[in-house]
Amino acid sequence: MYDIIIVGAGPAGMTAAVYAKRAGKSVLVLEASGYGGQIIKAAEIRNYPTEKNISGVEFATKLYEQAEALGAEFRFEKVIGIEDKGSEKLVTTVADTYTAGAVIVATGSDSRKLGIADEDKLVGRGVSYCATCDGSFFRGKNVAVAGGGSTAVDDALYLSQLAEKVYLIYRTPKLSEEGAKEKLAEHENIVLMPECGITSLNADKKLESITVKHKDGTEENLDVSGLFVAVGRVPENQNFAKLIDLNEKGYAVSGENCHTATPGIFVAGDNRVKELRQLVTAAADGAVAATEAVKYLRTL
Amino acid sequence: MAVIKVNQADFENEVLKADKPVLVDFNADWCGPCKMLGPVLEEISEQRDDVKIVSVNVDDNRELAEKYDIYSIPCIVVIKNGEEVNRHVGLIPKSAVEALIK
Repeated sequence: MYDIIIVGAGPAGMTAAVYAKRAGKSVLVLEASGYGGQIIKAAEIRNYPTEKNISGVEFATKLYEQAEALGAEFRFEKVIGIEDKGSEKLVTTVADTYTAGAVIVATGSDSRKLGIADEDKLVGRGVSYCATCDGSFFRGKNVAVAGGGSTAVDDALYLSQLAEKVYLIYRTPKLSEEGAKEKLAEHENIVLMPECGITSLNADKKLESITVKHKDGTEENLDVSGLFVAVGRVPENQNFAKLIDLNEKGYAVSGENCHTATPGIFVAGDNRVKELRQLVTAAADGAVAATEAVKYLRTL
Repeated sequence: MAVIKVNQADFENEVLKADKPVLVDFNADWCGPCKMLGPVLEEISEQRDDVKIVSVNVDDNRELAEKYDIYSIPCIVVIKNGEEVNRHVGLIPKSAVEALIK
């Protein structure tokens, strides 16, 4: 039995661990992949107080070491469910079940998928959700970007420096970002494809082409080796929907106090409804959630 | 045994002709998740002698990356008797890495 179990070892979860340990509580942090969360993909962080320039990996490692030195326990197991038994919460992972008085859900978000057949199978074989991570593998090749938001536009601009040709495919008649069309027009190798949807991924061992359906119903095959999906993010709250109120986009509905619909279960970080999703606001959530959890434990 | 750095020149001897399964970690210096995976692989390599773990820098060994169709890193490819038997793309915990070798 732990005082507090934290689900997710990103900046919010690890900051919560630091605060909970400093309040004298026993803490277990459960993480599905590696510590750090999304921030480890950032080459540079220039807006975190006291850090002029630090890499995401370095930042995450410093925070991990800080939490560990204070005595937080880390286990790398994916959490599949939480059960509320009042003063005890059962947290089940792929490997075991753990008990705590309070739980902080700091699971962050993941890239939204297109939801087309074979999409998962082709990750790492042509399908990618991070242009800056994987773009360099597509030097001199044709690629497509799916999405009409600012990330998709940035991805297309970035990839145009590496790839032979970049198709930007989006469902809407217009791109959502003001002035995006003009910016993209400066790059001859970017082809805009408004009011189009991707209907299939054609692959043998790796992606060879995609089928695109136009507004008038006609279909077209585009020979691309890479498809970069930039259609937003999904908060990872699905497994906890029974205990946490979620809004229509799946974010945990909670005020600045990080409380949820279930007493003793708190949320922190990017999976919470909030105005600004940044490293510093994730850390702030972690501090608040841990402090509220400690307060809650006193009532048991 | 520690993780061994291999390149195009010694890949055949170190990996394809190895007398046990080889876990090849394709990575790069600029890749954050790769940096997190490194210590995990180092730990496994110290604990197990039934598997060999090697590291390939994709920037220095583009031909190898292309030969193995590496389009995202970290990418772990398990090779047995010169043939690929398993692969995984992305950062995973130690238990999941070990499951790839089973």
